[in-house]
Amino acid sequence: MATTATDTSAYTHDHGNAHVDDRPFIRKYIFSTDHKIIGIQFLIMSLTFLLLGGTLAMVMRWQLGFPGKPLPGGTLLPETYTNNGVVLPEFYNSAVTMHGTFMVFFAIMPLLVGVFGNYLIPLKIGAPDMAFPRINMASFWTAVPAGLLMLAGFFVEGGSAAAGWTSYAPLSARSDLTGVHLGQIFWCLSLIILGLSSIMGSFNYITTVINMRAPGMNWFRLPLSIWALFVTACLVLLAIPVLSGAAILLLFDQTIGTHFFDPQAGGQPLLWQHLFWFFGHPEVYILILPAMGMASDIIANGARKPIFGYTSMVLAIISIGFLGWGVWGHHMFQSGMNPTLGTTFMISTLLIAVPSAIKTFNWLGTIWQGNITFHVPMLHALAFVSMFVIGGLSGVFMAASPFDIYIHDTYFIVAHLHYVLFGGSLFAIFAAVTYWYPKMFGRMMNPFWGRVHFWLTLVFYNFTFFPMHQLGLHGHMRRIYDPTQYAFLREMQPVNQFISISAFCLFATQFLFAANFILSWFKGEKAPNNPWLDNGLEWTLPSPPPHGNFATVPTVYRGPYEYSSPHSDLDYIPQNVPTPGGAGAAHPQPAGD
Amino acid sequence: MDKLLSWMLPPGASTFVGDIDWIYYLILAVTGIAFVLVEVALIVFLIRYRKRPGRKATYIHGSNRAEIIWTSVTAVVVVIIGILSAPAWNKIKGREGVPPNAMPIGIEAKQFEWNVTYPGPDGKLGTADDFTIRGQLHVPVDRPTVAMLTSQDAIHSFFVPSFRIKQDAVPGMHIRVWFQPTKVGEYELGCAELCGLGHYRMRAVVTVHTQQDYDRWVASQAHSVAQR
Amino acid sequence: MRRMMLGAAVLAVGVWGCGGSKGNASNGAAGNSTSAVAQSGGSTGPTGNAAVSGVIHFTGAAPSNPKIDMSQESACQGKYKTPPTDPQYVVKDAKLGNVFVYVDSGLPNGAKYTASAPTQIDQDGCLYHPRVFGAVVGQDIVIKNDDNVLHNIKAVPKVNRGFNISQPSAGMTSKRSFSEPEVMVPLECNVHGWMHAYVGVLTHPFFATSDSTGSFSIKNLPAGTYTIKAWHEKLGTQQQTVTVGAGETKNIDFTFSGPKA
Repeated sequence: MATTATDTSAYTHDHGNAHVDDRPFIRKYIFSTDHKIIGIQFLIMSLTFLLLGGTLAMVMRWQLGFPGKPLPGGTLLPETYTNNGVVLPEFYNSAVTMHGTFMVFFAIMPLLVGVFGNYLIPLKIGAPDMAFPRINMASFWTAVPAGLLMLAGFFVEGGSAAAGWTSYAPLSARSDLTGVHLGQIFWCLSLIILGLSSIMGSFNYITTVINMRAPGMNWFRLPLSIWALFVTACLVLLAIPVLSGAAILLLFDQTIGTHFFDPQAGGQPLLWQHLFWFFGHPEVYILILPAMGMASDIIANGARKPIFGYTSMVLAIISIGFLGWGVWGHHMFQSGMNPTLGTTFMISTLLIAVPSAIKTFNWLGTIWQGNITFHVPMLHALAFVSMFVIGGLSGVFMAASPFDIYIHDTYFIVAHLHYVLFGGSLFAIFAAVTYWYPKMFGRMMNPFWGRVHFWLTLVFYNFTFFPMHQLGLHGHMRRIYDPTQYAFLREMQPVNQFISISAFCLFATQFLFAANFILSWFKGEKAPNNPWLDNGLEWTLPSPPPHGNFATVPTVYRGPYEYSSPHSDLDYIPQNVPTPGGAGAAHPQPAGD
Repeated sequence: MDKLLSWMLPPGASTFVGDIDWIYYLILAVTGIAFVLVEVALIVFLIRYRKRPGRKATYIHGSNRAEIIWTSVTAVVVVIIGILSAPAWNKIKGREGVPPNAMPIGIEAKQFEWNVTYPGPDGKLGTADDFTIRGQLHVPVDRPTVAMLTSQDAIHSFFVPSFRIKQDAVPGMHIRVWFQPTKVGEYELGCAELCGLGHYRMRAVVTVHTQQDYDRWVASQAHSVAQR
Repeated sequence: MRRMMLGAAVLAVGVWGCGGSKGNASNGAAGNSTSAVAQSGGSTGPTGNAAVSGVIHFTGAAPSNPKIDMSQESACQGKYKTPPTDPQYVVKDAKLGNVFVYVDSGLPNGAKYTASAPTQIDQDGCLYHPRVFGAVVGQDIVIKNDDNVLHNIKAVPKVNRGFNISQPSAGMTSKRSFSEPEVMVPLECNVHGWMHAYVGVLTHPFFATSDSTGSFSIKNLPAGTYTIKAWHEKLGTQQQTVTVGAGETKNIDFTFSGPKA
């Protein structure tokens, strides 16, 4: 591989690959090997599952807020789901399970990793596409049948999986314990297939970042979104096979008479938990790291200031990636595992709070003494920081294993996980979608409705999830179809009702985002190349970029966060622009003001 | 309304309240301070450093000193929380934590019932005068009780909020869980691990008696063979 | 006309059976002594006008039925004037109820029967009514909750596909059926571990359950030679062979002895 003194990439091309794609529609948009199209395909698929997951949450919140009252539209559902419109416990348990399953595996993970991993990596490192474009295509088209199989669970006898998204054995292994047979099998099969999709994606991302960076794009000039996606891809590559293995063992217990998790034949229920959470904890870092990375890009842009502590941010991402492997037992404090592990996992869990705290302080440092533009992505990115802080702090309570005795499997945990996954990941996703929408579709999303959606979401979101801390402190258990069965919970029923009504409002508000997304595709204001005045390489290209991306291979001269640099009259310098002599144009205004 | 939004833990009735509740309040104080500092700083910065004509952002890439300070402070705080919490964990869940004079009972969880086996007047489990009762846990006040917890089918979780005790009941495992009630009265036991259709209703009543009342109760139960 | 009278008789028996658990000590033997042919409301296979009836005798000391602790389910406990017991043995005047009597063999090969009306099992006072009953392959079994508490009804067959459904409140009904013959399919409630019922699934409607007087009657049989089996949940199965001509009613009795003390 030819390299020059300043060239740290393995690039040998001296010309770019941008060209018009004149293949037929089906090769261009359906079975496409173009990472940008694949990213958009993942976007459409994931947003659909996000909507589905949200709908299931509405079923749950209806029953929790108004137990025993007929669900609106409930009489249209089969008699295995509702009885005279009243949600049945089997449907409730199924909704609980599939809400979690859809949100984690088919919404948040593909939105962060499948969409933005695909879309951003080649563009931001200056590459024409991924290292393995055809495997990339296979990765998407493997995810689709996995999703359909998961959906199919609702239409088979016994209904969908109903043992929680965590699918603890032996409940999930024995159909005589749940009344669900095919649904649980489909759950395992679907995740095994989805795992293939994720693994294909992950080694594609890793290979691309290592080998296809443009000249001058050395590791410490990579945007934090790319660092985060890179470390995330490493986590995916190592963690997903563990889930696949566990799912295969469970599938065998369900179908061919093995007893891996059956104590009556020498198996162990705790084995499932160890395997699942050994995957499951790195999984939650997979669900937050790309969000953190993209939030960093957007916050630096909004503040018009370099990211504060870039190296520390990179080290924090890497250490979260490493430390994340050593904490899985905190999900199992009360499981009956050796109590000594309760102490060791408590310590490792408390320590992993440190890199996340470092990142939070650095985000604060970024906006400190900035010149902040509150465009819609910036609003969401700031909400991300603010809500993630709440989620992260609530985690300290459960890290302390003696207090976890009280709050494990209560709504305190539900509050925590929604603060990090919705308050954290989803707000970052809203930020990222709004931010890169112009690049993807060549149009701007409507900023007014973007702000309305943001503020309503922020308010209803906090009304929905903050009181869950109180429910948990009161002892309200998780996955309970009817809390009024317990005297000590009956007095909290007004809180449940309040949460449910807020949740309905929150859900309704998301249709503003959906409408904005769809209508802007056709009617949005046409987007310039660089509406946000960002330094990243993708913003040097047309919106949307041509197939093959760069007409000439860019050369990178600096990191992506050189905002308000004294080397320029403008408050930004794109990464591929040589350090200017001083001549500058007038200050253009960033879009979406 | 204040009760519904309260950050206070509900009243408890076991010695574990003394072991656990203060840890909660300590963490609440620490995280509460961190929360206020961070969120107030965020809001102050957003207002002070918003874009205005003629302003420019400060061109600065970070501060090693700041990194060192906030990293070490955070690390020290969390390590202290860990060190302070460890003794309570060992006391409640550790194998050596079970008081030697604890009264033994057996608890078998099944879909969707709690079946409690009492040692009977001789105080020993596994003898002829044992008896099993569905859905009722009776214990004497101010004395430790240790339950051998297991499950017949799925994983359940033994949770008595007032006692601040929770322990998963796992089929194939016999797990010791102990507690010492401090107040006579009636409390609720719920299942805290999704175990199927009836999980939401897997409830039992916990009655804490004076020692006298407890002995009387045992004597009256020992005669009837209460079938499930 | 005869069918209407039989139907009315079944209805009367059914109503008596359902109401029978409240306020009296004998809870559980809702006897379906009348032939299931009338109950099922129709059949397509060969029928006739022969009948096999009889009485199930019980010798020995009647074992006492175990007491049920319903103290944690006050909505059910409140339906009983005397403490409820689990009616495993329904013995009165040396007669045994809840014995499932059925034709095991003797019908023409390939005879297929379908039932057009469902049969019903109620959950009342946290006990199943009837406790022992029969159903034709494919016949709808209506499961009704008369208690305002959660019941989950779980079928644990060996040959058929089982089910596990919940009914959280009073008035809820669900319908299930079995596709293969199986004697007997146990039914249980996981919320109330003492609740048990048994359904005998057969390819034909020639079965009956002995009532509290021990009597049973299988009607509308075609003429022929039959092996009749009698099943009790604790005392096992016995069989006899009987031949009936057209229009003939033959009496056969079974005798079960109590368990050794």
